[in-house]
Amino acid sequence: MRVLAFARLRELLGGGEVHVAIADGSTVADLVRQLAGHRAEHTAALSASRVARNGRLAGLDEVLGEDDEIALLPPVGGG
Amino acid sequence: MAALLRVTAEPIDPRALEALVRGDDCGAVATFIGVVRDCSDDGRSVTRLSYEAYETMAREEFARIAGEAKARFGTCTIAVAHRVGDLRVGDVAVVVAVASRHRDVAFDACRYTIDALKQRAPIWKKEHYADGGSDWRENRCAEQAGAS
Repeated sequence: MRVLAFARLRELLGGGEVHVAIADGSTVADLVRQLAGHRAEHTAALSASRVARNGRLAGLDEVLGEDDEIALLPPVGGG
Repeated sequence: MAALLRVTAEPIDPRALEALVRGDDCGAVATFIGVVRDCSDDGRSVTRLSYEAYETMAREEFARIAGEAKARFGTCTIAVAHRVGDLRVGDVAVVVAVASRHRDVAFDACRYTIDALKQRAPIWKKEHYADGGSDWRENRCAEQAGAS
């Protein structure tokens, strides 16, 4: 699936758009765990961030579809 | 036109944004201009900023914020422009322009809009310092993960 990453998470994950293979029935929490991959800095940045699914904030227990667009949103700093 | 958000890599002209919201029935235009400062909140010397945005979601969030401002304060027209990319000290980073019949609505809606944008819009800022370092800075008021 397509995952958009911004700001600190874009730098940590090595790009603004990453493609991730997920198992059927995976939730947002599963994806976040998979992206963190037991790396402390990634885990900290992901746990401080919110996740949007198809442009709307998503709960951690939401089940993902292969065609979803997921965006990882660190704390914002606009203006 | 009820609300407009422009995310742009080009310099912003506040007067052009005001022209978008003005109308013959509007006696007031309030404009907020956010400018790149040479010093961070913790006192470090800043040479430039880099902004990035999740543009589709930023536009939806702005539409919600504009709707809230109108429901709270009254009829007005709101336009916002936000820069992305690299900005130097003194560059205009964001402009909020609000036009209304009388000044109270314009002032209140302008203040509400910039405060809510800083808190909620998916836009990020990296500060670059004179000593060569850099850091992603979050707004003090930014909504956090897990917050409702």
